[in-house]
Amino acid sequence: MSQNPILEIKGLHKRFGDHHVLKGIDFSVEPGERVAIIGGSGSGKSTFLRCMNFMETLSEGEIWLDGQRIGQQVRGRMTYPEKQLCKVRERLGMVFQQFNLFPHMTVLQNVMEGLITVKGLSRQDARAIAVRELAKVGLGEKHDAWPGRLSGGQQQRVAIARALSMEPEVLLFDEPTSSLDPELVGEVLRVINQLAEEGRTMLLVTHELGFAYHFATRVIFLADGVFHEVGTPDEVLKNPQKPRTQEFLRRFGEFAF
Amino acid sequence: MNYSWDFRPVFAHFDMLALGLLNTVKIAAVSIVLGVLVGLVLAMMRLSVRRWLRWPAAVVIEFYRNTPPIVHFFWFFYAFPVLLSVSMSPYVAAVLALSTQSGAFYAEVFRGGIVSIERGQWEGARALGMTHAALMRRVIVPQAISRMVPPFIERSFELLKTTALASTLAYADLLYQAMMVNSQTFRPLEVYTTIAAMYLVLLVTASQLARIAERRLTAYQ
Ligand SMILES: Nc1ncnc2c1ncn2[C@@H]1O[C@H](COP(=O)(O)OP(=O)(O)OP(=O)(O)O)[C@@H](O)[C@H]1O
Ligand SMILES: [Mg+2]
Repeated sequence: MSQNPILEIKGLHKRFGDHHVLKGIDFSVEPGERVAIIGGSGSGKSTFLRCMNFMETLSEGEIWLDGQRIGQQVRGRMTYPEKQLCKVRERLGMVFQQFNLFPHMTVLQNVMEGLITVKGLSRQDARAIAVRELAKVGLGEKHDAWPGRLSGGQQQRVAIARALSMEPEVLLFDEPTSSLDPELVGEVLRVINQLAEEGRTMLLVTHELGFAYHFATRVIFLADGVFHEVGTPDEVLKNPQKPRTQEFLRRFGEFAF
Repeated sequence: MNYSWDFRPVFAHFDMLALGLLNTVKIAAVSIVLGVLVGLVLAMMRLSVRRWLRWPAAVVIEFYRNTPPIVHFFWFFYAFPVLLSVSMSPYVAAVLALSTQSGAFYAEVFRGGIVSIERGQWEGARALGMTHAALMRRVIVPQAISRMVPPFIERSFELLKTTALASTLAYADLLYQAMMVNSQTFRPLEVYTTIAAMYLVLLVTASQLARIAERRLTAYQ
């Protein structure tokens, strides 16, 4: 049985001025898929991910979410009303490399914020959800802490709880462990693995190739602004067909599967 | 030097000086409130995506930063009434000068606070699905305020001191009242020493209050 894609990208281009970063990407994500995106520094991995929830404006192309094209035709031109983009971002949770927690709110308030401000829940309802999500990422004890007082790994887990609380249909991770001390990477990857077991749809940009191998259902190697090689983890990471991918993996050195 | 100090004639007119002090505080308070409003409007214009809103605000701000404060007092007292063919009381002219001046500086304080908030904060809020208005209200402004407090206080002290220029328009502030007392007592040393002390006490008191406010507003850091 073939399902409808939850996310579909058609002819995506992104330019920053003269710098043509993404050069025509077509891709679709089925519910429950876990896609790892790898590639060299500056190859446009973050840009690609950020185009999904319109943190970057598209230069060209279409994004379809659950069968609906995002944007509105107004007199033959595509426009992106703020209301619609907010709704899209609510449905696509994002976790950043730098966590981006709100330092003036406690851990619990951070997780409650979107529920109250965006979803319009009451404080009690928001609190109940936030407590549940924080327990899930193993931070049930830290409700009243200021984010600045937590370790990087704890902060990232709060950020994941914050994204999860909104019940997003897809989760976007942009190098969630890259700014962590090595000994803190494991605790965050464990949480992400747990989400994989729940069958959540996820897109993950990462340099942790070993993790990508076990985590992903599909791996994308992004180079020269296109999806240079796409396949299962075994295909892309163990038996890459294209020389460019082989060279990337070689230069990336040893990694343990 | 064998000058014999005598504060008695000055203290005999202390009611005049007290009135002056009260007027100084009044004009400063009114001008701070109006200046904040002017500053908010100018800051929002400066932060706007629309160029036709941005550059007039920039011109106004540059004008005030690059002209002497006393010129603004004279302009509002002598020139502005000609433009509108109305007469202008010293009080109104001085309030207009002070509040527009401070508004221009407050605008930069407010704008500076907003733009100092890291990109990640805007993105974190946006990624949750917050509208621009919601993320400003809930995430950006609350953090910006605590960064605005120190320069805001500094600017308000500047304003408090600049109120003395209102005396040039014959507004009965502390300095003007001192000139009056001096003309009656011929005791400049005692008169001006007294009001210098009064300004000092006023500003030190204000700075103590400001420090308390600052501590409250920057609690989470
Ligand atoms: N806002 C921007 N303005 C101009 N250029 C940008 C902007 N954002 C990204 N770029 C450029 O686009 C290219 C792709 O950037 P991107 O951040 O997507 O790369 P990346 O693959 O995520 O790299 P990294 O592994 O270092 O995170 C880079 O050359 C970058 O300099
Ligand atoms: Mg990146």
